[in-house]
Amino acid sequence: MSSMAPSGPALPESPAGEAPAPVPAAPVHDRPGARGRRRRENTVALAFIAPSLLGFVVFYFWPTLRGLYYSLTDFDFFSTPAFVGLGNYQRLAGDPTFWNAMVVTLEYVAINIGVQTVLALAIAVLMHRLTQSTFVRSVVVMPYLVANVVVALVFFWMLDAQIGIVNQALTGLGLDPVAFFGDETWAIPTIALVNVWRHMGYTALLIFAGLQMIPGHLYEAARTDGASEWRMFWSITLPLLRPVLAVVLVITMIGSFQVFDTVAVTTAGGPADASRVLQYYIFDLAFQRLDYGYASAVSVVLLLILMAVAVVQLRLTRANESDLG
Amino acid sequence: MAVTTQTSPPATSEGDPTTSATGGGSGSGAVRPSRQRPRPTLGRVLAWAVLVGIIAITLFPFYWMLRTAFSNGAVLGSDPSSLTPVDPTTGAFERVFGLATTEEAQAQGGSGAAIAFPRYLLNSVLVATVITAGQVVFGAMAAYAFARMRWPGRDAVFFLFLTALMVPPIFTQLPNFLLMRDLGLLNTYPAIILPFFFMTPFAIFFLRQFFLGISGEVEEAARLDGAGHVKTFVRIIVPMSWGPITTLALLQYVLAWNEYFWPLLVGSAQDVRVLTVALGVFRSQTPQGTPDWAGLMAATLVAALPVLVLFAVFSKKIVNSIGFSGIK
Repeated sequence: MSSMAPSGPALPESPAGEAPAPVPAAPVHDRPGARGRRRRENTVALAFIAPSLLGFVVFYFWPTLRGLYYSLTDFDFFSTPAFVGLGNYQRLAGDPTFWNAMVVTLEYVAINIGVQTVLALAIAVLMHRLTQSTFVRSVVVMPYLVANVVVALVFFWMLDAQIGIVNQALTGLGLDPVAFFGDETWAIPTIALVNVWRHMGYTALLIFAGLQMIPGHLYEAARTDGASEWRMFWSITLPLLRPVLAVVLVITMIGSFQVFDTVAVTTAGGPADASRVLQYYIFDLAFQRLDYGYASAVSVVLLLILMAVAVVQLRLTRANESDLG
Repeated sequence: MAVTTQTSPPATSEGDPTTSATGGGSGSGAVRPSRQRPRPTLGRVLAWAVLVGIIAITLFPFYWMLRTAFSNGAVLGSDPSSLTPVDPTTGAFERVFGLATTEEAQAQGGSGAAIAFPRYLLNSVLVATVITAGQVVFGAMAAYAFARMRWPGRDAVFFLFLTALMVPPIFTQLPNFLLMRDLGLLNTYPAIILPFFFMTPFAIFFLRQFFLGISGEVEEAARLDGAGHVKTFVRIIVPMSWGPITTLALLQYVLAWNEYFWPLLVGSAQDVRVLTVALGVFRSQTPQGTPDWAGLMAATLVAALPVLVLFAVFSKKIVNSIGFSGIK
């Protein structure tokens, strides 16, 4: 939750992308006694910020330092951590399960983000051109409000190999049933698409908000010139939306890299290691194999990947500022 | 469908005349100047068909959850493609709430093991409520200090908070687990609640944005009346921002309700188990051959319902807030 920043409910206003808006000038205290007043104001400010600062230091800052340190140790939760330098990272390089987790995670992100972005864009454009109805937008965003675990279970049932409705439909059409979660080739695409179902409406709303910033007179003018909707999409919507789309893409991607809940509930990383994504591997290492130090090292890798994505985001947000003006 | 939303951003992105021209509100139809309804062309009909199809795909799993939850689990397999409940019964809900006897439960495909769902429901309500309360109150206070006060180091601290957004939760949660263990808090409510309780960067940024947009004159008037910062915050800023604060509370409540990973780590014991964790356990306990699908779907429905009801009541607010925050 709180910490789920990138996959959070609404997008954090692209961090660092925007210069903080100028603070309304506070009254200038240059009267006598101003210094005392200022001191008092600082105390009050500290009081206002204290709970958040406490939360930040204890649950964000300190654990970040600790996590970095543990990644340099051999630690099984019980004994004292033994410093091993970069040993865990060397081990990473030769760990096939880790590389498999990387590949599987990338495959997941590619399918998840690819399909989701196209569908979300389609939904957003359809809503934009057809209806402003809050009802439609509410329905579309509904899956996003339901827990990952709930969504995973519902699809686990619908996609059941024997009596799931989807396989019933497939056999009804004369096709072979598919073991969606039980087949090595299907596990990741299935999990990716289940999460597309959960996120596409939400992503569509983000894009929809971007569409509303495109001035309506452009469409009016194009229509007067006899342009088709199709033509307008390619010549007006897409080019003007590109910066917004880029930001949405990167932010959804950060969330996508951290897939865990769906995997944990449905396949638990299997069959074999077919769906052992990075975050599940970290969980597995730390809490099932008690290889805490090594798990920390893998989580550092995840951190680095996400930071790289964030850097890209930062650049794209800058592009955003200069583009739509 | 012109929705004037209380949660409209106070300021549109700077240097973009087009947005201010359209009011910057998210849910308003004012973006496109009023125009006559276009004739239903073939293209439009097709487009509507696609949209309706997407809505159907969105809604179907919810329906299927309902259909299965009201089925008799024991005979579910006899008519798997029936669109209506198979041998309709409320037995699955009775199982989930522990109202059915072991025999009744087993007759309908349940395991017969005791399920403490009411307890889990209560735990979820408690955890989500306390977390939301903390995040909103402390978030609003911090946002006020960042938006309306001047103090040394303000921008540096704000930047530091920003970086917290970039760190993936799992990275901090591994050490936080150790912290909870060392404090002897594993499997207690505080363990589940504390890491989220004091601060979530998102809440601070969200509210700061609104507080920045409030005119300084109101505040100045209060100041002249002798009101200090505390009074200004409580009497003026908070009441003026009631809309965004409610929206934030709703969003954070939903997130807290849906959280799985952290409560799984520190709160898997029966008496503090929240619904999401309970569902995972329920799922892994069902026998491999014939899971109690009806029971499972009844349980997921119970877990999803409070959020869906909240959403039904406040959908306009939630939907509009998503719209704007995506851009800012």
